[in-house]
Amino acid sequence: MLKFILLVNKQGQTRLAQYYEHPEHERVSIERDIIRKCLAREDSQCSFLEYKNFKLVYRRYASLYFIVGVDHTENELAILELIHNIVETYDKYFDKVCELDIMFNLDKAYMILEEMVMNGRIVEMNQNRILLPIRVMDQAAQ
Amino acid sequence: MSQLLEKLTMPAPAKLRDLIRQIRSVRTQAEERAVIEKECASIRGMFREEDNTYRCRNVAKLLYIHMLGYPAHFGQLECLKLIASPRFTDKRIGYLGAALLLDERQDVHLLVTNSLKNDLNHNTQFVVGLALGTLGNICSVEMSRDLAGEVEKLLKSSNAYIKKKAALCAVRIIRKVPELMEMFLPATKNLLNEKNHGVLLTAVCLITEMCDKSPDALAHFRKQNKMVPQLVRILKNLIMAGYSPEHDVSGVSDPFLQVRILRLLRLLGKNDSEASEAMNDILAQVATNTETTKNVGNSILYETVLTIMDIKSESGLRVLAVNILGRFLLNNDKNIRYVALNSLLKTVQTDLNAVQRHRSTIVDCLKDPDISIRKRAMELSFALVNSNNVRGMMKELIFFLEKADAIFKVDCTSNICIAADKYAPNKRWHIDTMLKVLSTSGSYVRDDVIAHMISLVSEASSLQAYTVQHLFRAIQEDTTQQPLVQVASWCVGEYGDLLMSGQVEEEEPLQVTEDEVLDTLEKIMNSSGSTAVTKSFTLTAIMKLSTRFTQTIPRIQALMDQFGSSVDMELQQRSVEFGKLFKSYDHMRSGLLERMPPLDAKVGSKGDGEGANTNGETTAVSPPASPAVKQEEGNALLDLLGGGPSPAPVIPQMEKPAAPPAANNDLLGDLLGLDLTSPAPGPAPIVPGMSAPQPQMDMLGGLMDGVAAQPAGQMSANNLGIPSLTAYEKNGLKIEFSFQRDNSNANVAIITLTATNSTDTPMNEFVFQAAVPKTFQLQLQSPSGSVVPPSNMGVVTQVIKILNPQKAPIRMRIKLTYNYKGTDINDMGEVNNFPAALWQ
Repeated sequence: MLKFILLVNKQGQTRLAQYYEHPEHERVSIERDIIRKCLAREDSQCSFLEYKNFKLVYRRYASLYFIVGVDHTENELAILELIHNIVETYDKYFDKVCELDIMFNLDKAYMILEEMVMNGRIVEMNQNRILLPIRVMDQAAQ
Repeated sequence: MSQLLEKLTMPAPAKLRDLIRQIRSVRTQAEERAVIEKECASIRGMFREEDNTYRCRNVAKLLYIHMLGYPAHFGQLECLKLIASPRFTDKRIGYLGAALLLDERQDVHLLVTNSLKNDLNHNTQFVVGLALGTLGNICSVEMSRDLAGEVEKLLKSSNAYIKKKAALCAVRIIRKVPELMEMFLPATKNLLNEKNHGVLLTAVCLITEMCDKSPDALAHFRKQNKMVPQLVRILKNLIMAGYSPEHDVSGVSDPFLQVRILRLLRLLGKNDSEASEAMNDILAQVATNTETTKNVGNSILYETVLTIMDIKSESGLRVLAVNILGRFLLNNDKNIRYVALNSLLKTVQTDLNAVQRHRSTIVDCLKDPDISIRKRAMELSFALVNSNNVRGMMKELIFFLEKADAIFKVDCTSNICIAADKYAPNKRWHIDTMLKVLSTSGSYVRDDVIAHMISLVSEASSLQAYTVQHLFRAIQEDTTQQPLVQVASWCVGEYGDLLMSGQVEEEEPLQVTEDEVLDTLEKIMNSSGSTAVTKSFTLTAIMKLSTRFTQTIPRIQALMDQFGSSVDMELQQRSVEFGKLFKSYDHMRSGLLERMPPLDAKVGSKGDGEGANTNGETTAVSPPASPAVKQEEGNALLDLLGGGPSPAPVIPQMEKPAAPPAANNDLLGDLLGLDLTSPAPGPAPIVPGMSAPQPQMDMLGGLMDGVAAQPAGQMSANNLGIPSLTAYEKNGLKIEFSFQRDNSNANVAIITLTATNSTDTPMNEFVFQAAVPKTFQLQLQSPSGSVVPPSNMGVVTQVIKILNPQKAPIRMRIKLTYNYKGTDINDMGEVNNFPAALWQ
C-alpha cells in the first residue's frame, strides 16, 4: 500500500502532500529528508530508494518531483505507472498542466488525487471516470 | 475552477490565489512566516465571527498553510461546520479539510461521525462518495464499528461509483477492526462479477486484504473453487480483448487490474498445488504475450515473475521466469535492472542453477554507477560462487572491493573470506587471496578473520616463506591497516628466519637484513596509528625474533627495555617479562620461543562456529584455548607419558580449537603452546605468563579462572550410576572422582574430581596433574579454582576426559601441588582401582 504522495519542486518546496499513514515523527523533518535525498540523485540513477522501513519511488516531470512512498509489498514499476497516470489526469483536467496550475488550484488537485487513490490503495485509473465528479462539482458551483 | 473563483471574488478575505501569490513573492523565510501569521490571525478572527459565506475560502487557505507545515489545528472545527452545510462545495472543502487535518489522534475526530452517517445516506451519489472517501482515509476503531453496517449496505448498491469507494472503505475497516471481516465476506462474491474495472480493482484489493489478514478467509476463498477460475477468466479477457480505449495505458489494457489480479493469484496459489495448477496456463500466457518495450509491460512481467516464484509452479514455468529476469538484466533502464536483481536475490535460494546462467551479467552489474544496483549485485555474486567459478569470481570481487564504498567493505571482506575458505582450489591461491584482501581493505576486516588467517598460515608449512615475504613487503609500505599489521607481525615473528634465508620458488628471494626488519617493527611500535593490540602483537614478534636472528640481539634487548616503562599496562607487563627472560632465564629462551605447531584452522562463519564452542563464554572471538593437555614436569611421570606430541583431543563433541603441546615435554614449552594462541585470537585479557614456573602456575590458574569452562554443563549427563571413588586423602586434602560415560563416544570416560579441604587453613595455588599410560589419551580441563577453602566449606572441581579405545583398565598417576600455611607441598599418588564399568 502507499504511505504517502508528495509533489515537490526543484527548490525543495512542497506543492502537494497527501499522507495515508501517520508519520511517526515530525512530518516536516521527514519530508525535508526525503526531498533532499531525491533531489540529490542524478538522472542516471535508479528511481527507487530505500528509506527507513519503506521504499520511495520518484520521477521528475519538468520542475516537479513526484515522490511516492510505498511499503515492500508493492510492485515498483506499477507505481511508476501510477505516477504517470496521475500526471496524465492532471494534464487532461488542467489542459497542459504546469506547476503553477497545481499551486493555484490546490484543492482541485487534492480532490482529483482522492478520486484516484484512497487509503493508500488505487481506486480508479480511468481518467474520464475520475474527472466526472470534479466536473459535476464545477457545474454545481456555478 | 475559474468560475468558482469568480463566485468567490468578493472584497473581504483574500482569495486563495492571492495568498499564494503573496507567499510566493516574499524573499526570506522570516517574511513568509510573517505573511502566514497575519493571514492566520485574520482567518481565526473570521472563524470567530461565524461567517458562513467565506468559510469555504478560509478553510481552503488554511489547508494550503497546513501543507506548508505550519500549525492549522484551529481550523478543525470549521471543517466540521462545513461538512454539515448543505452546499456541495462546502461539503467538499470540509471533507478535504477533515481528511487532511483530522487524523485519529485529534479529539475532534469523533464529532465527524454523525455527519458522516447522514451523508452516507444522502441521495446524491457524489456526496455519498465524498463521505465514503473521507471515512476510508481517516476512520478510527470506534467509527468503524459505528458505520460498518452502512458501508456494507452500500457495498451492495447498484451504483458502481459508490461500490468501489465502499469496497476500499471496507478495506480500512477490516484493517482497524478485524472481527468485522465476516460481515463483508458474502458481499465480495458478487463483486467479482462486475464489469466496471474500478469496482473490480477495488474488489480484488478487498479480497487480497482479507486473505492477507486471516488464513481462514484465505481457505474460504480457495475452497470456493470458483474464485481462481473466475480470476483467471478476467485476466484472460483483459489480455485477449484487444484494444479497449477506456482502459488502455500505452497499448496494454488496464495494467493496474492485471497486476492486482496477479498478486491475488499469488496469495491464493502459495503452498496450494491445486490452485497453482489452475494458474499455470494463464501465467505462461501473460508472460509470453505482454509487450516489453514499455515500462507498463515490464511491470506486468515483473509481477508475473514474482507470482511464478511464489506458487508451486512447474519447472518449465520457473525457467521461463528466470529467463525473463535475465532479459531484464540486459535492459538499459536501470530501474528494471534493479528490480531484476532484487527478485533474483529472492529466487537464488531455490533455483540456483537457473540463475548461474546469468552470472556474467550480474558480475557486470558490479560496475554499475548506481549504488543500489551495485549492492544487490554484490550480494547476488556471493550467493553464486561455487567451486567452478571461484577464481574468476574472486578476481572480480576483489576488484570490486578496491573501489567499493566503506559501507560495503565489511560485508564484502567477510564474505570473500568465507567463500575463499569453502572453495579454495589450493592453499597458495587461498593465501594469495587473503593477502590481497588484507592489503586492499585491511582496516575493515573482522577479528575472527585475522585469527583464521594466522591459523591458515601456520598450517601451510610449504608456503610460510612465501607468505612472510609478501607480508613483510606489505607492511614495509603501509603500516596503517591494523589487521594487516597484526597478521604480518605475527608471521614475521614466527618465521623470521625464513625471511632471512628465504628461498621461494618462482620468485626472487627478498634481500632483507635483520636491521631492516627490526626497523619496520620498531616503526610500528612507535606509530601513533597502531592500536594497543597491534603493539602487543609486535612486541611478542620482536621477542620471538631474538631466537631467530643472530646478530641483533642487543638491539632487541634495548627495544624491550624501552617499553618497560610504557603507559599501557599490557605492553609494560610484556616487555618487563620478556626483559627478564634475557637476564635470568636466558637458557630457557630458545625453548620458549620455539616455533608454534600448526593451529587448527577453523572456518568461522560469522562467528557461529565460535558461538557453539564458547560454552558459556560471550567473547565472539575464538576463546583462548582452555582445554589444555597438561603434561606434568618431573621425571617420575615422564615415562608414563607418550614421548611424542600428543595429537589434538579426539573427543568428538569438543570442538574447541586444540592447543597441542609443544614437542618437548618442558612445562613451559607446553604452557607456551597454550599461551601463544591467546594473543593471536585477539584482545588478551590474559596475562602472558612467561616467567618462573612457580608463579606461572598461579597465573595459569588465574588464566583459567577467567575462562571459566564449566565442565558439568557441556557433558551429556550420562551417569550410569558408576560409584565414585576416593583417589587421594592425606593431610586434610581429599580428592574424589565421580564417573560418567560419554554419550556420543563409548570410548570416552569422563571423570569429575572434587577436592575438599578439611583443615582450617585454605590451600592456595592448588594444582592437580595426571598422567596415564601410552594407550590412553588424557584431557584435563581447567579447574574451577585454585584455592580449596577450609573446613569443607567449598570445593574445587575439575574434569578429566580419558579416551580409551582399547578398553584397557584405566590407571593413573596423580600429582598435587599446593601452598599450605606458607609452605609449598608436592605429593604424588597412583589410582588403579577404577570401577570396571568405566571402560568396558
